[in-house]
Parts: sequence; structure tokens; C-alpha cells
Amino acid sequence: MTAIIALSLLGILNLFLGFWLSRKTIQAATLLFLVGSMALTAMDWNHEMLWYGHMFHTTNTSVSFSLIIQLAAFMVVSFSKGFGIDEEHTHPAEYYAILLFSVVGAILMVSFDHLIMFFVGLEILSVAMYVLTGSDKRNLRSNEAALKYFLMGSFATGILLFGITLVYGATRSFYLANIALAITNTPPESTPIFLSIGLLLILIGFLFKISAAPFHFWTPDVYEGAPTIFTMFMSTVVKAASFAALYQLLNGPFGSMYGTWVYPIYYISMLTLLVGNITAVYQQSLKRMLAYSSISHAGYMLLTVSAKQVTTPSTILYYSLSYTLATIVAFGVVMLVAEYQTGRTEKPENISSFEGLAKQNPGLAFCFTIAMLSLAGIPLTAGFWGKFFVFSDIFNRHVYYPVILAIVMSAVGVYYYFKGIIAIYFKEGDIERIELPGLVKFAMWACTLGTLLLGVYPSIVKNLF
Amino acid sequence: MYLLFILLFPLLIGSALLIFKPKNAFVISLAASLIELAATAFVLQEASLSPVSFSAPWVAEAGLSFSLYVDGISGVLIGLCALLVPFIVATTANTDRANNSQFQGLMLAMQTALMGAFLAKDAFLFYFFFEASLLPIYFLAAIYGGENKNAITFKFFVYTLFGSLFFLIALVFVYLQTPGEFHSADMDVLYQTAKGLSADQQGYLFAAFFLAFAIKMPVFPFHTWQPDTYTVAPAQGTMLLSGIMLKMGTYGVIRLVLPMFPVGVATWGLTASVLSVIGVIYGSIIAIQQKDAKRLLAYSSFAHVGLMSAGILSGSIEGIQGALYQMLSHGINIVGLFFVIEIIERRTKSREIAQLGGITQFSYPLTVTFVILSLGSVALPLTNGFIGEFLLLKSVFDQNLTLGIIAGITIILGAVYTLRLIQKSMFGNVSRITSDFADLTGAEKAVLIPLSALVILGGIFPSTVLGFSEPAVQQLIQWFK
Repeated sequence: MTAIIALSLLGILNLFLGFWLSRKTIQAATLLFLVGSMALTAMDWNHEMLWYGHMFHTTNTSVSFSLIIQLAAFMVVSFSKGFGIDEEHTHPAEYYAILLFSVVGAILMVSFDHLIMFFVGLEILSVAMYVLTGSDKRNLRSNEAALKYFLMGSFATGILLFGITLVYGATRSFYLANIALAITNTPPESTPIFLSIGLLLILIGFLFKISAAPFHFWTPDVYEGAPTIFTMFMSTVVKAASFAALYQLLNGPFGSMYGTWVYPIYYISMLTLLVGNITAVYQQSLKRMLAYSSISHAGYMLLTVSAKQVTTPSTILYYSLSYTLATIVAFGVVMLVAEYQTGRTEKPENISSFEGLAKQNPGLAFCFTIAMLSLAGIPLTAGFWGKFFVFSDIFNRHVYYPVILAIVMSAVGVYYYFKGIIAIYFKEGDIERIELPGLVKFAMWACTLGTLLLGVYPSIVKNLF
Repeated sequence: MYLLFILLFPLLIGSALLIFKPKNAFVISLAASLIELAATAFVLQEASLSPVSFSAPWVAEAGLSFSLYVDGISGVLIGLCALLVPFIVATTANTDRANNSQFQGLMLAMQTALMGAFLAKDAFLFYFFFEASLLPIYFLAAIYGGENKNAITFKFFVYTLFGSLFFLIALVFVYLQTPGEFHSADMDVLYQTAKGLSADQQGYLFAAFFLAFAIKMPVFPFHTWQPDTYTVAPAQGTMLLSGIMLKMGTYGVIRLVLPMFPVGVATWGLTASVLSVIGVIYGSIIAIQQKDAKRLLAYSSFAHVGLMSAGILSGSIEGIQGALYQMLSHGINIVGLFFVIEIIERRTKSREIAQLGGITQFSYPLTVTFVILSLGSVALPLTNGFIGEFLLLKSVFDQNLTLGIIAGITIILGAVYTLRLIQKSMFGNVSRITSDFADLTGAEKAVLIPLSALVILGGIFPSTVLGFSEPAVQQLIQWFK
């Protein structure tokens, strides 16, 4: 809990540091801040507590999700050398500060016990994301992406807030525990209809944030338009936080309304899997393909949320972690290669501009391959176990058809993830050696080794709780 | 602990080769594979007295354990794997391949994956290695392969992966029926649990499991990836694929399908056998028409594995014993035969059967070993192929007379394409490209002569292997008799 206070203050400190410290020092300071806040977060392990008038709840689940979020932020900061924006116009201190603030929002989202707290967290995160998406202000696409994200995002927020209001009207409380009580104590025939409507509106708001079909149309444009470093942040932190929050809402207060929300979730996750995977096959730009891949992963995670097993929180945790590690490397490599290819080819983010990467950059190619294999769910990588836990959780509910679709779709996934691998290893190209700063190297290898370690020995994360 | 050693040792050396890229990768790799062979021989010695096992917790909260087990059945397979890899490594002697350390490293990594699949006692561990083996072989074939390699190896990868996903679903389904809070995927528990399933469920599960293994073997009509992949892969990749990797499919049927789904096998086994026998005949007929020698061997391998599959599905002791013996013999023969083609291709730069001829005038040892290996493949008495095919055909006859008679034609067809290959390449008139054919080098003899000796030894002393595997087969059969 102290982590959110620390992070907010350190974010402000970061802004001031920008006046007199160099870019490199600020980066180091931000990393240090994140390590500190992770330590503070970890101190709450096994100390379940309620804070701020019972609005904020630290449990082992929330602590581990907070740690994943901060880990992702740490990796993103390590990858950021100038944020992929030209030197003159960057103000690194501001971006680092906004990153820290958004982490605060994400932590609120995974630890709330009160709908208003949840809403505040979501907004802190979202507003920060709108700003970061548009941070490359000389780039038209970045501007377009920010505007699109902002318009669509605020619309979704409105719907979500409306949903929260209706739920409040029906249950007379914002506290999760009281909502749960009110729902179970009301006999089904006298439950007001607007409770279900409220729940569905909240769901729609969520589905927008996690970019589930048919609310995903903003995702490819925004992911592609935003500077890659922030796409990396968006696709990991926002996803992990939203899924943790969604799980907490659906299985906490609305657990007894299982019958109302489970079928929409099934159908939407199936639609998401179909749209995400099949559209990804046709992409020429690797960055856009990763955007669709992130949509498809939302489909798998949605399925897990609906499983409602005792093992479900750890499955979501495991999946988020494996997805985060792989996605960071994938976007990281896209960022590095695209930076190298800018000016050399027309479309630096296209798959064709990655051809022949492995010749001079075996390390980069290896990390990218492991990331792709993990996203595709091939054994030896964390992604395999992620999918395995998801499927076995759903199977435990004796629900078969979404799983069969999910499995077929993961075979489709193999197809497009391998396009990247084939391009870097087996196509001719003339990419010279790309020099990597030490921090980037460290982050890349840490994520890759983490993916492999989790792939061989998943228990380290899976039996945390 | 010995089991852990024979599992991880090749991977260890293999990753060292991949990372440090030493100059003398060939020597290191050969030494490692010989050490592995010695260690495996030691393990088999132990296993001939009583089964050897090793177990450690793995994913405890999902009930999965890292358990390895060697009995008569898996013993034959790990023996095959440990025996063939040194030969396969030795076939790369004196070749100047760019990035040889990477090539050797991938081969050793492949050996770990194959060993793992055969050693696994936990069904998920089996699945894990079954899938993991795709990665090294994919890279071997896609980096070092021939013409149009990208599309072909990619098809191979996606096709086999797709099949195993159904296997995964079916496995998860049975696994979730196992008793206990955390479930278990230990094979014995799975056998026991699957007994309680309804006949319908057994049928579906049989189909899902068999699909994965049928693609791996391959069985008609799931074989379309195979000839292309065998042809395009580098010779050593093809040897690994046909010599060892396809045995993961047949082993899977013996180890998982038969004892888990006796009802499913009773209902659908005949259909699957018919498909397998169609593959036998179809593969042989196409092999007769092939112009490319490597492709001919690919189809012959397809035909042979079909008979193994049909024999196993008969569910009799002869069928399983015959299949085990045939896996061993087929591995030895096919590796030798692919190497002969590789030798011819190195010297003449061609695999076109029509362009070859008269090689016997230049290399007598090559002709002799080629003939012996071919006779083994044709299943002539006193060669290793005879024992396996005889037992397999007997089991198919016992199960269904018509099917047995049709499958029996394979011996004739096999003789046709194999003898045609020998005749056109070794005998006849010397062609333009064979006119300066160099005799075998010492390293090449060191591979072909022991393999030929094994062909004959296997034909004379089958009881060494059959006696070793029999107790385990007897025990396995209790699950579905």
C-alpha cells in the first residue's frame, strides 16, 4: 500500500529531477524508484489489510499483480532510450513521471475494494495512456492514435460509470462486500432489472479496455500509432491490471450472478479469438500483427476469467506474467529494428524489414524467437503452460466448445508468429549488427530467461497462492 | 539419477555447442553421443533386471510430476535413440558445413527431446517432449534444408502441431477425471481412470489421440507433409525424422492409446488399421514410381510405419512385440539407406535414379552394405526386418484375414522398389555423373559396416531384444485384455 504513496511522490520528484539531471540519470533514478516500490509492495505479502476506509485491500493476489505491473514498467523503462522520439523534442522526465503515475493507477485497479477506488485507478491509468500515446507530437499517426484512443476511451469510461451507477442504485453500496451481500440477500424475483443492465454496462466498459471483439477497433490503430515503447507498456500493464480487476469484480460481488455474465463472456471470448487470430494472419506490419495478437490473448484470458475455479487467480497471474515477458521482448525487438531501419526502408515496421536479422544479431534473434514461441504457446516456454492452465480451468467446468475453438485458434497463431521467425532466420537481408545499450540487453535477456524458466518449471509462480 | 543423466546430458552438450561455437564441434558431438550410448547401455542393463524409474516434483499443484521410467518397452526405444544418434553424428564427418557447431548442437538437443518422450512416465511430460522435439528438427530442416525449405518445413511444423493439439485436449479431458484434489497425469493412473469412461467418450478420445500419432508416423491420409519434409531436410535431419522421431507416434499408440482406450480401440481400431494398411499399399505403389531416391525412401518409410501401426492396433502380443522390433530394425535400416543416398549425392550431386548406374564398379563396399541394408528393409529372412514384419503380419492376419492378405502384398511391393533402386544405381552402365565415383572413405565405412552388421545380427539373434521387452508387453496387455 505504501508503494502507491511512494510512487506518486517519486513521480513528482521525477518531474523536478528533469530540470537538472541528464536523460540517463533520470532513467536510472526511475528504475531505482521502481525497485524501491516493488520492495515496498512485496512487504505487504502475507499481510492482508484494508486501507482508506476499507476502499483499498492488499491481498497476496493484489500484491503479486502489483509486482507484475511494476516489473513490466521496470522493463519498459529499461528499454526506453529516448522513447523512440527524436532527441530535441523529448522531455524524458515527464514521460517517466507519467509512467510512474499510471503504475499507481494500475495498482489501484488490482487492489480495490470499492467501485469508486476502482474507477479512480482506471482513470489515472487511462488518462496517462492517452497522453503517452500522443507523446510523439510531430508524428501524425501518433496524434491520430491519441485522439482516437481518447474519444473511444472516454466513451467507454462513460458507459462503465453508468454501469457502476446502476449497480449502486440496485444495491445501495459501492463496497464489493456489501454489493455481494445485497445481491445474495435479494430473492431473484425482486432483483431490479437494472442490476443486470448495470453489470452488462460495466462489462462493456471493461471489454473496451481489454480490447475484446467487437470493441477492439481502436486497438490496431492505437497500438500502431503510439511510440512502440508505450505500445509495449499499454499492451502489458493495461491488460494485466484490467484482467485482475475484471476477475475480482466478476468473481467477487457478481459471483452469484454467474448465469448472467458467463454466456456473454463465452461468446465474446470466442469472437475475440476468431477476430484477433484470423486478422493477424493478414498483417504486413509486425507491430500491427502484435496488436492483433494482443487482442487474441485477451480472448484466452477472458475464457479464464469465466472459469471460476479456485485455481483461476493463479492462472490469470501466470498468463499475465508469461504474456508480459514475451510481449515486452517482441515489441522491444520491433522497436530496435524499426529504429535501425528508419530511413533505410519505406516501412520500417513491416515484416520484410526484419529479414536476415539473425545473421549479425544472433542474440536479438534468439530472444525474439523465444518470445514468439511463447506467444504461440509452444512447450519449453511460459506461453505453453499459460494456455495449458487456461484450458484445464475451463475444462473443469465441463465447457468444451470455447476450448476447442481456442485450441484451433492457437494453431492459427503458430502460423503468424512463425512468419516473424521465418523472416529473421530464413530470409535474405542485410541488417548490420545493432548495438544495444547495456540496460536494453539486460531487460531483453531477463525476460527471455524468465520465459524459459517459467516454461520448464511453472510452479514458481503457479503455487504462490 | 542415471535416467536424468541420459535425458539431460545431450542437451547440456548441445547447448554448450550452440553457445560457445567451438571449432571441433564434430568431435565433441560424437564423443557426447558415444558417452550417451554407454550410459544408456548401462541403464538398459539395469532395466533388464527390473524397471528403472526416477521421479521428482514438477508442477505439483497440477499433479504433474517429472517422472521417468524405463521398462522393456521404453527401453527398446531409448536404446534405438542412443544407438542411432552416434551413427547420425558420424555421417557428418569430413563435411564442411558452415556453422557446424550449431548443426551438431541442434542434433543433440533433438536427442534430449526424443529421449524425454520415450522416458516419460507422466503423460504431460510425454506431451512436453513430444512437442519440444519439433523445435530442433524444425530449425535443422529450415536452416540447412534444400529447395523450397521454408514453405515445406513450415507446413510440417504447423501440421504436426495441429494434430498434437487434439491430443492435448483429449489428454486434459482424461486427466481432469483422475481422482484427487490435484489430479494426476501418471500413466498408470490414467489407464485406471480411462476404464471408467463411457464407450462414446472412449471413441472420441481414441480419435483425438490417434490423430496426433497418425500425423507423426504418418498414417494415410495424414502423410502429405512427410515426403516433402524428408526430401527437403538435410540427410541427418531426415535420419532423425525417420529413424527415431516417427517412432514417437508408434510408441504413443502402444503406451497411451492401447491401455487407455480398449473400448475405443475395439470400436475404431479396425478403421484405423484399414487406414494404416491403405498407407502400406499406397506408399509402396508410389515409391515404385519415384524418380528421386530420397523421396523413394520417404515413401518406403511411410509404407513400413503403416504396417507397424496396423500391427499395434491388433492389440496382440505379437503385434506389439513385432512393432517394437520393427521400430528398431527400421531405424537402423533407414538411417543406413539414407546415408547411402547421401553418399551418392555428395559424389554425383544428384539423386535422380535414372541418372545413376554402375557404381559397383567403383565402390564394392558401398554396394555390399547397400544391398544388406536394402534386404533388411525388404524383410528377407536372416535380416532384422524379417522378424518384425513376420510378427506384424501374423498379428494382422489373426485380427482380420483379408486385411492381412492385403498387407502381405507389401513384401512383394517392397522388394520391387528396393531392388529397382539397387539395380538402377549400383549395377548397369556407368553414367556420365558416376564415371569418377570415389570409393568409400574410412569414416563412411565406419558407419555403414556396423549398421550392416546390425542388420544381420538382428536377424539371427532377435531374442535378445524380444526377451527384453516381453515382460513389459505382457504387463501392458493386462490393461486391455
